[in-house]
Amino acid sequence: MPLITPAQLQKNYDVIIVGSGAGGGQTAYTLTLEGVKVLLLEAGRNYVPEKETPMFQTPHQAPLRGAGTPDKPFGFYDSTVDGGWTVPGEPYTSASTQKEREFWWWRARMLGGRTNHWGRYSFRNGPYDFKPRSRDGLGFDWPIGYADLAPYYDKVEMLIGVYGDNHGLENTPDSPAGVLLPPPKPRVSDLLVRKHARPLGLPVVAAHRAVLTRRLDAENLPAKLHPGNSRAQRLVREAMEGRAACFWATECGRGCSIRAAYQSPTVHLPPAMASGNLDLLTNAMAREVTTNAAGKATGIVFIDKTTGLEHRAAARVVVLAASSGETVRLLLNSKSARFPQGLANSSGLVGKYLMDTVGSSLVGQFPALENLPPHNEDGAGGEHMYAPWWLYREQLAGKLGFARGYHIEFWGGRRMPNFGTAAGLEWITGGSYGRKFKEDARRYYGSFIGFAGRGEMIPNADSYCDLDPAKRDKWGIPVLRFHWKWSDHETRQAAHMQRTFAELIQAMGGRTRTPPQLDGAKAIAPGGLIIHEVGGAIMGADPATSVTNQWSQTWDVPNLFLTDGAPFPSNADKNPTLTIMAQAWRAADHLVSELKKQNL
Amino acid sequence: MSSLPPIDRRTALKWVLAAASTTALSPRFTRGAEWSVARPGYGSDPDLLKDYQPGDLWPLTFSAAQRRTATALCDVIIPADAQSPSASAVGVVAFLDEWVSAPYPDQVADRTTVLQGLAWIDAEAQRRFRQDFASLDAARQAAICDDICLASRARLEFQVAAQFFARFRDLTAGGFYTTPAGIKDLRYVGNVALASYEGPPPEVLRHAGLA
Repeated sequence: MPLITPAQLQKNYDVIIVGSGAGGGQTAYTLTLEGVKVLLLEAGRNYVPEKETPMFQTPHQAPLRGAGTPDKPFGFYDSTVDGGWTVPGEPYTSASTQKEREFWWWRARMLGGRTNHWGRYSFRNGPYDFKPRSRDGLGFDWPIGYADLAPYYDKVEMLIGVYGDNHGLENTPDSPAGVLLPPPKPRVSDLLVRKHARPLGLPVVAAHRAVLTRRLDAENLPAKLHPGNSRAQRLVREAMEGRAACFWATECGRGCSIRAAYQSPTVHLPPAMASGNLDLLTNAMAREVTTNAAGKATGIVFIDKTTGLEHRAAARVVVLAASSGETVRLLLNSKSARFPQGLANSSGLVGKYLMDTVGSSLVGQFPALENLPPHNEDGAGGEHMYAPWWLYREQLAGKLGFARGYHIEFWGGRRMPNFGTAAGLEWITGGSYGRKFKEDARRYYGSFIGFAGRGEMIPNADSYCDLDPAKRDKWGIPVLRFHWKWSDHETRQAAHMQRTFAELIQAMGGRTRTPPQLDGAKAIAPGGLIIHEVGGAIMGADPATSVTNQWSQTWDVPNLFLTDGAPFPSNADKNPTLTIMAQAWRAADHLVSELKKQNL
Repeated sequence: MSSLPPIDRRTALKWVLAAASTTALSPRFTRGAEWSVARPGYGSDPDLLKDYQPGDLWPLTFSAAQRRTATALCDVIIPADAQSPSASAVGVVAFLDEWVSAPYPDQVADRTTVLQGLAWIDAEAQRRFRQDFASLDAARQAAICDDICLASRARLEFQVAAQFFARFRDLTAGGFYTTPAGIKDLRYVGNVALASYEGPPPEVLRHAGLA
């Protein structure tokens, strides 16, 4: 069993990885299957989705009918352990007291981190998304293009299993034949949206989500993923055989005991653990990266949260994949005489250009969906369809007043009734109670569709994090202080989302409780709320203007890699997780090759 | 009124508006150092597989009189009909008690709203009919509820009570429609493992004008 205690630490590892989520999980997977000896440090506890996931539990069995609380902000059955907007004893601060300049930071202190509860949206960045500055003069280009990452998108999609379809849409890449799993059939709400979106010019197509709509092809995929590596092929085949296809019930956000939905502990980590090359240490809160006189990373100082004692672990290479915020925090807390402003920070850019996703939403109520005949539309535990960004031409011509796009996620259906299902109905019931209220509840149940925009934020100099000069967490580690400001590009985009949703809802014959919020500054969700935190240690082609090179390898410390979202120099509207994994795999391949060449 | 101090009308309006500004549908957003509790809740790593009952995690609140009024009012909101039982028959009063007794900020706000509101509705019943609310016949209960069932239409002197009624209706409905009886009433047929997902049947498409 690779789960170890600090007393069982080996004297030296090839690589230490901090963080076990999408980036850390992928890095551990790639390295261990290539024979690299890895220590994986996770700040949270061990977590076993097969045993701990409340798959068929109903709100009736939960405290407060499962409603969200500060202990479990997304509801009692959300898979997040020891996390949320607050982590007891581990605060963060805001430089401003203005609400609109605060950043909300979601953390999950558990094996697999935020991969356990995420929406499983798995979109590829398109060619424009890697060269945004070349296209419109704003933000930063990536030092790589779509073609560099495409083979890794293919591999990640084949490994984790992503359903979707190819439509040949602009800047919305197709996957090669045989890579995607079949998309689930549309729900009635999907079909209603699609019918009325088409005349408005909005494409409504299959969403891409990391859920197995059928079992993975364990016979053929491993050879495509690991050509010439028969041991890796065997381990991956065994891991794939342990995953069931979706049984069309329960929400993915609870986690998935049958391993049909991707999460790091059930997909990335099992083959890594079976390889014999992984030591996994949980409850290990990393404090700093240690360095030697030559300026190379030598390991990690961490606190064993079960005892409060500090330990050191040593390795030839250090990989940080702790989340953008935690990775930045580790770098800034790794100060030494040689690195007085923190590690890998000669550019002064560590912490800078923090990004989230622009979010805004509007709910419609639709007479066409009232009193629908009962039918099971739990589906794949999340959305089946979405609308990718469709106004590239108008935008480039400067007609929109904001520079980057958004996609639309929408959510309807007769889902499992929850605490809010029949709440707040008086705007359509006229305040009914009694038998009339029961009739109204039946009539309106399942007749709502929520629309959520997810848009690109352009990195700006006012959105960053640094260390709070005074505050420390309960482990004595200085905490992050966030600075945040949306630009007009984001607020105008949020207002555009509201207009689009209102137009669509009207076209569908629906109505809204309140009018669309056309003041973008009010329509936009607070920074961090969409939980797509990326940036803070951006990659680039020039050490003076970036923290890492194209391999997520820090310019200043060549044996230090960052394989979470921290190196993202832009944050396309496409949800970042798939790109984090693809780039982590690419970086890990480079790391292995450099290790073999004795370059690290 | 158990342990709560009497409050003036302005204070009452303030707490009611604060409670109304949060919606029951969105995830709870409480951030950074904003949340501190005198009493612990279930913590950030509760056992998700256990069945919880009201009273398991924190002591309950309702006095016998409050329970009697809450029972009457939640059954005025959700009475028995041909399809399903009344709210109180499926444990909604115990759920309301669990809710108002919880240590979290939203529930602490609702505790004030609900306990003050129950006291108000009994006082109003006494004022109008010389009986407590639970003892009134259906027509008299309705006479009071009709004045407070929609805030946008309620007269100025009933605004606070109307905010209470709206919240109490949401809590009652939240409790009821999550019980097995409430789920059946809405004719939700999911939460079962299926071999395949076939999408909406033809009659559903016809109903929605999509066939």
